[in-house]
Parts: sequence; C-alpha cells; structure tokens
Amino acid sequence: MSDMKTSEVYIKPSRDIAARMMADEMVIMSVRNSRVFSLNPTASRIWSAADGATPLREIVARTLVSEFEVDADTAYRDAVELVEELAQEGILLLADHPIGPEAG
Amino acid sequence: MTTILENVNAKAIQLGIPLGVHLDVTWRCNERCVHCYLDHDDQGELSYDEIEGLLVQMADAGVFLLTISGGEPMLRKDIFPIIRRARELTFNVKLKTNAILIKEKEAALIRSLGVDTVQISVYSHRPEVHDAITKVPGSLKRTISAIRFLVAQNLKVTIANVIMKQTRYDYSGVQALAAELGANFTIDPTITPHINGDRSLLALNVSREDLRDIMNDKTIAGQTEDQFVAVAPGSDEDDLDNIPCSAGHSAAYVSPYGDVYPCVQFPLPSGNVRQQKFIDIWKYSPQLEEVRSIRTRDLPVCSTCVHSSGCTRCPGLAYMEGNMRGPSTADCEKSFARTGIPSANMLLRGVSQKADS
Repeated sequence: MSDMKTSEVYIKPSRDIAARMMADEMVIMSVRNSRVFSLNPTASRIWSAADGATPLREIVARTLVSEFEVDADTAYRDAVELVEELAQEGILLLADHPIGPEAG
Repeated sequence: MTTILENVNAKAIQLGIPLGVHLDVTWRCNERCVHCYLDHDDQGELSYDEIEGLLVQMADAGVFLLTISGGEPMLRKDIFPIIRRARELTFNVKLKTNAILIKEKEAALIRSLGVDTVQISVYSHRPEVHDAITKVPGSLKRTISAIRFLVAQNLKVTIANVIMKQTRYDYSGVQALAAELGANFTIDPTITPHINGDRSLLALNVSREDLRDIMNDKTIAGQTEDQFVAVAPGSDEDDLDNIPCSAGHSAAYVSPYGDVYPCVQFPLPSGNVRQQKFIDIWKYSPQLEEVRSIRTRDLPVCSTCVHSSGCTRCPGLAYMEGNMRGPSTADCEKSFARTGIPSANMLLRGVSQKADS
C-alpha cells in the first residue's frame, strides 16, 4: 500500500471477527486466534464507521473532528496509527482503494 | 490474571447485558447417549424465520457469545443458514455437535462461515465404550473422522470428555487422542438430571473416591470445566456479596421451542420468545429478576460453608435439587474431592452419605 499520510485509506472489519458494542466500547474477538480486543469510545466510533467505502480521513472528520473539536491532522495521524495496529492484528482490512463486500 | 473477556463479562453483569446465550436449535438427536438429559421428540421447533428474528433481537440486546447446540444441531436442514445469519450479525459462534454428520464439505463450510470453536463430545478412545454410550455403532469412528476434517480446516476443536462410571478410566486415552488429532481437551465430571426432573441419571456419576482421584490428577490440571483448588479458601464478608454464577446475570439459554431459562443447566421457565421479545424477557421476567437478586449471603447453607468462595456451586443443579438457594450436592462432592474438606451441606447430611448415588 502507498504512503497512508498522502493517499486515501479505506478500512473494513475482517470477516474473521466477532464484534459487539457494549455501552460505548466495541468488543472484538478474532476467530483466528480467539484474541479479544476492547476499543475505547473514540476507536469504537472509527470501527463502527469502517464500511470499506468511506475514506478514513472522512470518517475522522465526521466522527471525531466535528464532535470533539480536535485538530484534524493530529486526529488523522492517531487514527492511522490505530488502524495499522488493528490491521496487524488481522481484525481490520486496510487498502488504498474501496473494499468491497466480498473481501475479508 | 484477569482477561479482557473476564472484564467484559464483569461489565456485562454491571450493565445487565446478556453477553452469552446458549441456543439449542433442536433437541432431536442421531445418538441416544445414556446420560442425556433431553427429550428428543420434536415438540414444535422454532422455524428458521423465528430463529432469524431471535438472532436479530439478541444482537440488539448485546449478546456476543452464541453457543449453537442441541440435540444434534446438524440435523437441522437450515443449520448453515442459521450459522451464516449469526455470523452476519457478528456473533462469536461456538458449535456443539457430535459431528457424525460432518464430512469434508461441511467442515469447509463451517470454516468459511467463521465459527470460532467446535466442541465435540468423545466419551472414550475405545470404540466399544464410546459407541455403547451413544448407542450408535461406528459413532466414534465417524466423530474422529469429522475432527480430522475440522482440524484440517484450521478450526479450533475442543474434545469434551464427560466422566461417568463407564468412562472412569478413559480420560487419559481421550486426552492422548485429542493431542494426536490436534484438538483441545476438557473433561466434565458432572452428570445433569433429566430436564423433566428425573434424577435417575445421577446414578451414572463416578464414586466419591474416583472423583477425588480424578480431581487431583495433575496430568489434567486446568483441563476440567471446573478450576482446581488445592485448599479451600476461607470466605470473607466481600465474598458473601458475590453473585453465585453468571446464569441470568450475563448468560441465558433458549430452547428449540423458544423457552428462555437462566442457563441450559437451570431449567427455570422465564418466558418464551414466541410470546415476548427476548429483551423484555431478559429485563423484566420475574424469574430472572429473582435469580439476579440472589447473593452468596442469601444461601442459607452455602453462605456458612468453608468452600463458599472457591466452590463451583451451580444454582441450576441446586434448583433441580429443589431449591435455587440451596446447595448443589454435585458441587459439594467436587469441593470435597479437591480438598478433602467436607462442605457445610455434607456435614448437615452426614459426610458418609453421598446423595444421589
């Protein structure tokens, strides 16, 4: 994938996960290795908006910047770090192009 | 160490969320296990549409861990559409099956649908013993063949070994078989009374001496359904405020006919999803509210017991003994087997008398 700081980033939950929102935290379990993750409310908002079609920059602008009045560049940088980490765990798909419903 | 899932369960209890549901999609079965506690005649199972609607309701209610079981769930022609819909709703799905209908094609489908774990009962590594329990000749061979197909798909398979008189000496053989097949292994020394209340099945329980030997066998430490406790910890005031079990607090059971119970081992009718929404039963059923109101200090005998904080007391087994606030004799026996210290219930009844044997 090209440099995420400059290109668009698309994200979509892997099909090999189970997930449920509990209060304001998303609980995720990897079917591959049964590892469990609990995302904080901010990360949960990003996860919930990860439809494979909306660019990450737009998700961040819509869910974080406008609501929490945080600096857009800082928020995006943090979001990229988060999605890279989740992708490394195999629970989130990451691409520089929209991700279709069949992927996962 | 507290795991994330334990923290999630604690949060579910605090928020009143039914984190885990055990859904029996049928009680029909293609085996006739001697210790089975179910009635196998179909009395009007939920249809696919009813189950689909229930799955949506359960997802909305916050159910995350879904055990699909039976009876033999693979007997339902719509079992794969049910699992597919459950996975679309992002449940973590555990499938409990005898696996004798699972071939290569079914194993691949189970894998592709993202089932987390498949749990399969193996009673003995010896075909003559296993098949005598299931009353199906050739069943062990078919089950082992299925396990190979499932493991080849990189699925997590757990072999569950129920210990009873007939299988008393076989758990090491089953453990070795699990290792050879690449499956996890767990043993369960609990025989459950029939769901209709008949307690004659308890005669299959192993003797107190055998239970003691099994519970103290270091080769299976950590692999029983119950935690090993070397010495019974004393109870203190804080322990008395504990809830006895997650049944009804963060866990529930739904029968193939839509009946909701606190747990599969706790057949207290609490509502039916054909008459009420799942969430309304979960939140407002007087039966579940009563279960949720009970703390260890409310248990007249168990609150005085030296084992109260370390015991695996099952409120469902206590309920089937006649009182959900009473002791569960099977768990008294396990505490005694682990530690050599009789429970308060045993002292009351006379320790030399083993109930239900």
